[in-house]
Amino acid sequence: MKINWFYFSSPPRFYALAGRLSPLFFALALLLATLGLYLGFFVAPTDFQQGEGYRIIFVHVPVSWMSMFIYLVIAFWSAMALVMKTRISMVMAQALVPTGALFTFLSLWTGALWGKPMWGAWWVWDARLTSELILLFLYLALMALRAAIDDERRADRACALFALVGVVNVPVIYFSVKWWNTLHQGASVSLTRAPSMASTMLAGMLVMALAAWAYTIATSLKRARTLLLEREGDSEWARRQLAGDAR
Amino acid sequence: MNWGSISDFLHMGGYGLYVWGSFGVTLLLLALETALLSRRAGRVADEIRQRTQNAPAPLKPRHTGQH
Repeated sequence: MKINWFYFSSPPRFYALAGRLSPLFFALALLLATLGLYLGFFVAPTDFQQGEGYRIIFVHVPVSWMSMFIYLVIAFWSAMALVMKTRISMVMAQALVPTGALFTFLSLWTGALWGKPMWGAWWVWDARLTSELILLFLYLALMALRAAIDDERRADRACALFALVGVVNVPVIYFSVKWWNTLHQGASVSLTRAPSMASTMLAGMLVMALAAWAYTIATSLKRARTLLLEREGDSEWARRQLAGDAR
Repeated sequence: MNWGSISDFLHMGGYGLYVWGSFGVTLLLLALETALLSRRAGRVADEIRQRTQNAPAPLKPRHTGQH
């Protein structure tokens, strides 16, 4: 059997698929977040060094992972858009930017609220924090760049190129705690060594991370549908689709 | 079970402001994003339906073919 890799790159098919998947992933996100918060607040024990303050980890680590991962996905879709010229790729790349910016802001926000009681400072100019701040600026620049270019195709190409160039920042953030002497603690989870935390803490964190994934999928698919309508609202398929929705 | 009472839970061993400030703002902003997105989706769909009613014949697509 031959698989048609471009099956869902057709706007009407993508629109219908995203419409079905988005609510499912949203429900999954709610379910996982409820379970994760339960594990984080009621099952995971108190930390012997940081007391109850460490519980910020259950939101800080998932949003920080997502902030970096979303940028990688944007770079992937941007590369696809430039090479394959598929319209959906560019729509997906565009749809992920606001959610990525939001998670990056939340990473800095929850980090500040964690840093204040533990380090005594809301903010320090350390490699991890500074590179994460640069990530926020990259997301904002992507939005500004799109808003500044009227022609959609030129905006697409400019944003795709910009996203690909900016991707070098992601490994810098990730490895900053190894490459430089920073105040920020090392990686919480590693594939090469035994977990450094209680298994219930780890479980809570991973479930919250899955919730962030599900939320991102739900939100980006929903935004992609709207962007697609904004771009192609006057086409035959969009009119038929909306006429169907209204009935 | 980590908490003896509701006030214990809210107090978070003295870190209440930081812990709830983190979770609260995250929840608030994610809910806000979801709400804004729904509103925008509804508005865009309405606009297109209106245009369709005003001009029943299919309009020319904004972009025709490749450059």
